[in-house]
Amino acid sequence: MADRQYELVYILPPDSTEQQAAELHEQIASIVTRMNGQIEKTENWGRRRLAYEIGSHKEGVYVLEVINGGGDLMHELDRRLKVIDLVVRHMVVRVDAEKRVVERTRTRRQSESERRRVKRGLPPVRQPGEGRPADADDGEDDRFEGVEV
Amino acid sequence: MPTTVKMTGSKEWRSDVALGQGRSSGRGRGADKKVGDKQQGQRRPMFRRRKVCKFCADKIDDINYKDVKLLAGFVPERGKVLPRRISGTCAMHQRKLQTAIKRARQIALVPYVTE
Repeated sequence: MADRQYELVYILPPDSTEQQAAELHEQIASIVTRMNGQIEKTENWGRRRLAYEIGSHKEGVYVLEVINGGGDLMHELDRRLKVIDLVVRHMVVRVDAEKRVVERTRTRRQSESERRRVKRGLPPVRQPGEGRPADADDGEDDRFEGVEV
Repeated sequence: MPTTVKMTGSKEWRSDVALGQGRSSGRGRGADKKVGDKQQGQRRPMFRRRKVCKFCADKIDDINYKDVKLLAGFVPERGKVLPRRISGTCAMHQRKLQTAIKRARQIALVPYVTE
């Protein structure tokens, strides 16, 4: 079960200090390590405008934590974050299954295209300068212009 | 040579669409447009742009709730999810888009409603 991956996003009020944020991160990290999980990465998105007001807040500091661990760990984290007043909003999303699916479709598409290219007698990877240039303007291409019906 | 082949292909498809428009009789709108076009002297017959799924066309595999720029294009002013019949998104990607938008709403990246 421990090979699950979750993303935890939480929003802190914009007037919270660096120290408060660091403390909260420590708190989360200690829970994660205690329950046999590990934080894979932490991203601070900084201050962002909220799409809607939450309480009296119009802005918030977003923090994203990618955590490997079991469901009970995330349950505990969720429960804790609900209690902490500093956190304006938080959300836990399980991501490992989706990540795997994305990975699979990507590799499948690539191997498919390579196979087709080899069949056509081309090198498996697209060479530079091949095909239509990227800035080719085909905006008018699908208009019905000057073609007799 | 390959360009000409492509041209005929698209031409065929175009004539197809024109036929489809001509056939619509009861609904009024299609018929009106046709008359208007005739009067304008066939300069540019009313032609609807063919809708394609953005995610299939651009090969976007991952519709992520964190990608606000991408999602914003599918959330019109009011804040609702843009319907499939307008955006042309395919069923699978519309489903993924829907979950992504709903997640983004939860953490205030995308609005629920805007007046």
